[in-house]
Amino acid sequence: MAYMHIGKDFTPPDVPGKVTGRIKYAEDYTREGMVYARLLTSPIPHARVVDIDASEALEMEGVLGMLTADDCYPDGEPQSTGLKMLTNEPTLVGEPILAIAAVDEKTAETAISKISVTFERLPFVLDPLDSLQPDGADAYNGGNTFVFRQGFAEEKWSSDQVASFRAGNEPTAEPQQTVAYGDLEASFSESSYVYEGTFTNAGYPHMSMEPRSALAYWEDGKLYLHGGSQSLTAFADGIAGVIGVPKEDLVFVNAATGGGFGQRARAGSIPVYGVPAKLSQKINRPVMMRVTREEEFTIGGARQGLTGWIKVGFKPDGVMAACDLWIVSDNGGKGGGADAYSAADCISVLYQADAVRFRGTAIGTNTAHRGAQRGPGQNQIAPIISPILDVAADELGISRFDIRKINTPMNGDVGGPQRTPFTSAYMPEALELAAEKFGWEERQSRRRQTNGSKVIGLGIGQGYHNAGRSGMDGIVMMGADGRLKVHNGVGNLGTYSYASTSRAAAEVLKMPWERVDIITGRTDLHLPITSPQDGSNSIFTNTRTFYGAAQDMLAKMKEIAANDLGGAVEDYDISNERVHQISDETVGMTFAEVAARGIEIGGKYTGSAELPEELAEWTQIAVSRLAGTGFMGVFHDPQHEGNPPGFTVTCIEIELDKETGKYEILDLINVAESGTIMHPKGMENQLVGGAVWGIGLSGYERHLYDPQNGMPASTGYWQSKVPTYLDTPVKIQTGWVDLPDPENPVGARGVGEPAQGSVSAALTAAITDALDGHIFGASPITADMIINHVAGTTENSVPLAQNNFRG
Amino acid sequence: MNPQLTRRRFIKGVIASGAAATTTATWYSATGQSRPSGFVERLVRINVNGQIRNVDVEPQETLASTLRYKLGLTGTKLGCNRGECGACTVLVNDVPTYACSVLTHSMKSGRIETVEGLESANGELHPVQQAFVEELSPQCGYCTPGQVMAAVGLLRANPNPSREEARHALSGNICRCGSYDSYLDGVMRATELTG
Repeated sequence: MAYMHIGKDFTPPDVPGKVTGRIKYAEDYTREGMVYARLLTSPIPHARVVDIDASEALEMEGVLGMLTADDCYPDGEPQSTGLKMLTNEPTLVGEPILAIAAVDEKTAETAISKISVTFERLPFVLDPLDSLQPDGADAYNGGNTFVFRQGFAEEKWSSDQVASFRAGNEPTAEPQQTVAYGDLEASFSESSYVYEGTFTNAGYPHMSMEPRSALAYWEDGKLYLHGGSQSLTAFADGIAGVIGVPKEDLVFVNAATGGGFGQRARAGSIPVYGVPAKLSQKINRPVMMRVTREEEFTIGGARQGLTGWIKVGFKPDGVMAACDLWIVSDNGGKGGGADAYSAADCISVLYQADAVRFRGTAIGTNTAHRGAQRGPGQNQIAPIISPILDVAADELGISRFDIRKINTPMNGDVGGPQRTPFTSAYMPEALELAAEKFGWEERQSRRRQTNGSKVIGLGIGQGYHNAGRSGMDGIVMMGADGRLKVHNGVGNLGTYSYASTSRAAAEVLKMPWERVDIITGRTDLHLPITSPQDGSNSIFTNTRTFYGAAQDMLAKMKEIAANDLGGAVEDYDISNERVHQISDETVGMTFAEVAARGIEIGGKYTGSAELPEELAEWTQIAVSRLAGTGFMGVFHDPQHEGNPPGFTVTCIEIELDKETGKYEILDLINVAESGTIMHPKGMENQLVGGAVWGIGLSGYERHLYDPQNGMPASTGYWQSKVPTYLDTPVKIQTGWVDLPDPENPVGARGVGEPAQGSVSAALTAAITDALDGHIFGASPITADMIINHVAGTTENSVPLAQNNFRG
Repeated sequence: MNPQLTRRRFIKGVIASGAAATTTATWYSATGQSRPSGFVERLVRINVNGQIRNVDVEPQETLASTLRYKLGLTGTKLGCNRGECGACTVLVNDVPTYACSVLTHSMKSGRIETVEGLESANGELHPVQQAFVEELSPQCGYCTPGQVMAAVGLLRANPNPSREEARHALSGNICRCGSYDSYLDGVMRATELTG
């Protein structure tokens, strides 16, 4: 289909501000009378605050006030998972206990040094399996796990059960969750190759470049909060509840966010924005709270660590017959995360196994709080399952490419334990495209070639994430100047989806891009609700809403023209910013004229009447404030049917040095299958960015904690190493299938999350290949692990554990 | 008191130094006295984007703090504030420098350039900035000013770098979004724009 905007490159309006430094992030703002907050955080991993003596601090010149958990929660702290604004019951090092406001940060820091907090030390634990021991410590007050709608509880295994799992055997304890489909036993009996083993995925910090600083002040009864979130209106909608301010009285200002990969999508993941808000309210001054890199580590959250057992069976023809997966999740210090189930869902989707069983138990540790992080579950399992496919292929005499083609999802298939049909699925095309562009077959002759201590490894991997939600709202406006204003509540996290989704509205109205204004960046510009921008959903979700809002405006344009100029609505079309009769284009009105006429008529044309009944409360507030100010199109998106998948395929060639354990990625291609491509350069960015994340997942990033004192040892970029320019290929190739999805009006689906998973899958497969098929069953695979393997040390002699060098 | 220092000579020294305000720092500057061990002046003159700026700084104040919080040049970002990430990269005498890791009072003889100083007077973007726009190099943008400055520093030292050379030159700048490939595309595009 020939589009005016879709599939075309453009410059999103915020890019010049990024290269000049003009665009403002939360900490770049100032406000007259602004003072500064600093946090006192827990120095120990599990404790209870017995007493706070801040008398000396509060008497200091320049100190303006203090905020404690008692101020935030006068009726007591909520007994739920997730970080709180402040707490008297810290369950991880670095958890905020109190905040001091002062005229400058130095004074605030000095005041904090004069505060005496008496803690009651409580037992702590760093590894879920340690906590499952009969005498193991519990991470939380009230247990080591959280049961939905029931609260905290204690879960214990026998010592023999823990020891047996650590020794590599299938867990025998009762899982908290079991999901299954198909006849597992029968499917395994049909298998001619069965792999069985344990694995670990290390948790690791989110580490967005911009620390979660925030500025808050109150004016005319409204709270103005400058912060950074992946989402804009969805975050504001949630944080209003966290702080306890009516939605209509919150102005969230967020022109740009310095990175968001899951942990910055929702209000619950950044409750500390409430600290400057409540301090500001208490002392009646604007309060800036700058967050340090170390604080970002604990406030910022992390990926769940997984400790698991997997059994996979393949039929003689390479079909994945069965997969049995048992995972103990590390829920960290505050609970949260559902990665393990998603791992099983991913295997079901990507490999279409005849039978799948997932069993899981989630256990807390006194480590960083966990939550969504780029492909939660799907991406952790990618480097585990991909080498298993390769070894199975070698055992069965099938090529590593063919075993993926044999098991590939495609149109008409279903996936996951719920057996949900895909809206569309073109994974076979993605596999073919990646293999062709990479020259996969031609490179097979290089496989395992050696040059001194160096050996070539080839890997292919697939990634998946559900990539679309629906049920949100859209608003477009037009004034008498005829410019289209897209009121966009999508956050500016770096994907440029706030701009890409706006182009769906421009497409409907055939508007030149230079005649379109994106209204965004602060919620007092009256923006509709969106879904939180996690789960690769923005493109799918919000092209639907803005397409719908523009369609509503288009229908209203035709109505006005038909009423004023005669004829029926269906007699009219649009072109060149005019609505005109199809039979005689000279009979018509310019967009500016029709907008002015709509404003004159009022009612439904200006959002004052006949609104969709299903609009969210947040959108209703926005519409009510816009009503009468312009010509309006407004839309509530109904729920879609099926699972819109985001797929990627990656091919990698590495050269691994058996003497150093290091490897260089010689070539890498990352190919997307995510429906219609909205913005090619934006797609490239997602694919190369995901590739870097995949390299980090497979090779570098992990939590480390001091086992004696529970102190985090990976609070910086170099300790839980984020890949640098030198860890990534000189050039990353990209590609895409570009076939439309029928459940989206412009055919688009998301891709951000699987772009990491397929790279991690391919890289781990390449390492396995270079090492003659050795499966580590771990992410990351570090240089020391490779050296130990080459030296003959059995990697599995290191027991399964989290938050240490093994996992 | 040093017998050679008279009030008249002190005032003449202040005038000669061009300082607008007298501090102990200018006193020593004017008199040519050697400074006591551990002495750090408060008011310093630094050259930022071609302008001489008099700034009152704390002894331990970093250049990044001065730029952001004293001079309002918030284009210089603080990602880690401890020399790990490169988001605060500025040029000092054309050399990419982590502004979080140098003290402002050590910058008196340096020619400091920040991202705000790259555009021409008529608002035309520097070729590196223009190339980064054309190649959509930034994602979240938080590391972008540092990447821009590192790239500008590279191109001044080596106007025609290979992609491999650019990769090494920018390797002190982390991008958590993983936009390295797009930044390298931008650097190579900038070499074309500069001819």
